[in-house]
Amino acid sequence: MTKAEKTLGSVANYVDERTGAAAWMKKNLTKVFPDHWSFMLGEVCLYSFVILLLSGTFLTFWFDPSQREVTYEGTYAPLQGLKMSAAYASTLHISFEVRGGLLMRQIHHWAAIIFMAAIVGHLLRVFFTGAFRKPREFNWILGVGLLTLGIVEGFLGYSLPDDLLSGTGIRIAEAIIQALPVVGSYLAFFAFGGAFPGESFIPRIFTVHVLLLPGAFLALITIHLMLVWYQKHTQFPGPGRTEKNVVGYPLMPTYMAKAGGFFFIVFGVIAFLSAVASINPIWLYGPYTPGQISAGSQPDWYMGWLDGLVRMAPPLETHAFGHTISWNILIPGLIVPGILFTGMALYPFIESWFTGDKREHHLLDRPRNAPNRTALGVMSLTFMMVSLINGGNDIIATHFSMTINQIMWGTRIGIFVLPPLAFIITKRLCLSLQRADRDLVLHGTETGRLLRLAHGEFVEVHAPISAEKAWTLTSHEQLPALELSETDSRGVRRPGGIKNKLRLRLSKAHAVAVPKVSADDLKEIEHH
Amino acid sequence: MSNEIEAIQDPGLPAHVHREADVDPIAEKRAERQVAILFAISALGTLLLIYSYVFVPQDLFIFVPVMGDQNAHQLGLGLGMAISLFFIGMGAIQWARTLMPDTEVVAHRHEFRSPENEREDFVKTVKERAGTAGLGRRSLIKKSLGAALGLSALTPLLLLRDLGPVPSKELEKTSWKSGTRLVTDPGNRPILASDLEVGAVAQVLPAIAEGTERALSDIGKDAVLLIRLRPSDFQLTPEKFAMTHDGIIAFSKICSHMGCAVALYEQQTKHLLCPCHQSTFDVTRGAKVIFGPAARPLPQLDITIDSEGYLIARAPFSEPVGPSFWERNSQ
Ligand code: HEM
Ligand code: FES
Repeated sequence: MTKAEKTLGSVANYVDERTGAAAWMKKNLTKVFPDHWSFMLGEVCLYSFVILLLSGTFLTFWFDPSQREVTYEGTYAPLQGLKMSAAYASTLHISFEVRGGLLMRQIHHWAAIIFMAAIVGHLLRVFFTGAFRKPREFNWILGVGLLTLGIVEGFLGYSLPDDLLSGTGIRIAEAIIQALPVVGSYLAFFAFGGAFPGESFIPRIFTVHVLLLPGAFLALITIHLMLVWYQKHTQFPGPGRTEKNVVGYPLMPTYMAKAGGFFFIVFGVIAFLSAVASINPIWLYGPYTPGQISAGSQPDWYMGWLDGLVRMAPPLETHAFGHTISWNILIPGLIVPGILFTGMALYPFIESWFTGDKREHHLLDRPRNAPNRTALGVMSLTFMMVSLINGGNDIIATHFSMTINQIMWGTRIGIFVLPPLAFIITKRLCLSLQRADRDLVLHGTETGRLLRLAHGEFVEVHAPISAEKAWTLTSHEQLPALELSETDSRGVRRPGGIKNKLRLRLSKAHAVAVPKVSADDLKEIEHH
Repeated sequence: MSNEIEAIQDPGLPAHVHREADVDPIAEKRAERQVAILFAISALGTLLLIYSYVFVPQDLFIFVPVMGDQNAHQLGLGLGMAISLFFIGMGAIQWARTLMPDTEVVAHRHEFRSPENEREDFVKTVKERAGTAGLGRRSLIKKSLGAALGLSALTPLLLLRDLGPVPSKELEKTSWKSGTRLVTDPGNRPILASDLEVGAVAQVLPAIAEGTERALSDIGKDAVLLIRLRPSDFQLTPEKFAMTHDGIIAFSKICSHMGCAVALYEQQTKHLLCPCHQSTFDVTRGAKVIFGPAARPLPQLDITIDSEGYLIARAPFSEPVGPSFWERNSQ
């Protein structure tokens, strides 16, 4: 036994003598984690959050969250002598005088961007593989909550430096609050401590950005991970993998080393991006003043889709009885995102309602084997992409020498036409992939070798696929659509006729599939 | 699993394939060396970081191919940190992949729902306990508790009341009064009509008393754009035309959509464009919206000149400037 092993042994002993947790800890140290590249997306979320905590804390040591007016006297010559807020001046100070300060700002901002990208990637993985099904619905809702908080936290973060770009973002946020019917102007005055921009907003969102929301994140992430731990990770179908087991590597040491190492890799990659790729060079924008603006104003990407929706909204306002309702702000800024996010949060329940499937699922779906769900996902993604593209319409217009008019009309039409189109194409694609799987199992792979038959015909030799592969391609179940009659068992008409019809239609759409290889199919093949 | 007979049977976990380092001591030593080298590269990264922090001045720029001129201090710190972190990660993962156990293990999973009797027992207990509190029967308690809880939720709302003043008429007012001089921004100089040539644009603010400071919240409502066209270019109603002076027309610079500064003027088309969401306003037609999400023209300021020939406001804005709000009378 080496010295290190002995030391660790005594630590384990010490801990147990004070907690009596030996059995519990042993079980957890040998806990099994399945391995798949897509399972790392969630890890990236966690690690970039830790990086945000570390780099953000560094920034708080110098950042002065105040809108008090100061005269800039730092080292950045072009702005010397200019009046600006203390927040902006201190961000300049971090960027130019604190050694490593600019690097930390860049790390913080890159980590935020990667954090959001990883959340979205992780969410898509969970959606397309059906990992949100029972018993994991609650974790799905937590995930949607984390995504929403992330968008808010990121927005508040890049609003802090109080430069011309971020101030414009705050102006737009204020207009959204102000547009709320009845209470809007009151809420806006409360939030800003008076007329926009006032001197209260940045100190207030600072507290929210560094205390309130990080606390909420920590709480939600903790519950999220405890549930993953307790419910055990899902796994992809494959040989030896069933609904009743988990196959993978034990936590100690293999998974620990891999996951721990991966943290450093994520941190290293973010540090590299921050070293070579400039992000948010606030000194180029100048201090915020409501009378000016920098051309090509762009929010961070995770806000871009909202901006795109606002840009494409039709110029609709209701003017009646001395009141104004801005549909051009409410619809793209609140109503559409509200519907999208609520629908997303509720999807696990909607799906289990129309499939009637109330069982636990621990084996993941291959996306092609749930064509309807996959198509729905691609459809939503297309909606987001069209919005995102319109959010950058000015940039795209200058790069691709189009007019903003063309892009705007393109996306205004595209937002209605493209998502349904994406749905249809994806569903077809899934079904042809299913057909390809079926052919593969029945006829094997093409070898490229030709064989001349006795009567002169050439045929290509097919090699049968391995038993493991055949199992992977056929182990999924194909549930039939629900059958609900109009009347119940006693011949009484069921209540909620439309609801039932909808349920049956959804269930039928969901059950569409290319029948997988059956025992009869195989027998038939053998006879040939 | 479905209850029909599966055509293809589960072949079970594939047998474990040994890695080189599992069976060959030389390969094992080699793997160990590789891991150590990765950790050593990381240490070099930290040295680069320390060197850059201590010795590279913060204002030194160097030329890097592809990237152009780069701040050497910043680049050295960043690359040093990236290398030091990345290779710790690579080392750990290489270690795990080559030398730590890679045999897949199987753990069993049990269904989460408890056996029928346990669950029924639990549900029954919950029901019984709730029953002993009389939750269903004592409606007086239930209602008063509901009312008390609901009322107590007002406390935080009330305590947040002092976050800001009520808007009263703030959103409807600007600093422009009848007779206020238009002054340049920046500079605060009064403007003669002849200062503006045909085709020119200027950002102006209302004159303020000597020695006073402008609050940003005032600029957010007062900012005005002056544009000079030929009087014959306008297609305005007589009232709106009367608000111009010798081809000079004045609009609020605060976008009627969401309040961004409407800063881009295209001389050829005589259009004003808001960079935020590209609402486009036609200057010749009184800033009528011709494209984009804005629903109202930019409010026009009635201007004329005073006895000294300086541009002044003849009257305050006749409607609120900036984005809409519930109380806004937009008729
Ligand atoms: C999920 C969590 C977080 C996200 C998405 C996020 C995002 C951001 C973003 C995008 C910025 C703008 C950076 C720039 O370009 O200047 C920012 C600024 C800032 N953040 Fe965060 N942040 C997070 C957590 C934190 C935490 C936990 C702290 C502190 C404990 C923090 C402290 C700060 C400070 C002080 C600034 C302003 C300084 C500056 O911009 O240089 N952040 N944040
Ligand atoms: S703020 Fe001007 S177009 Fe939206």
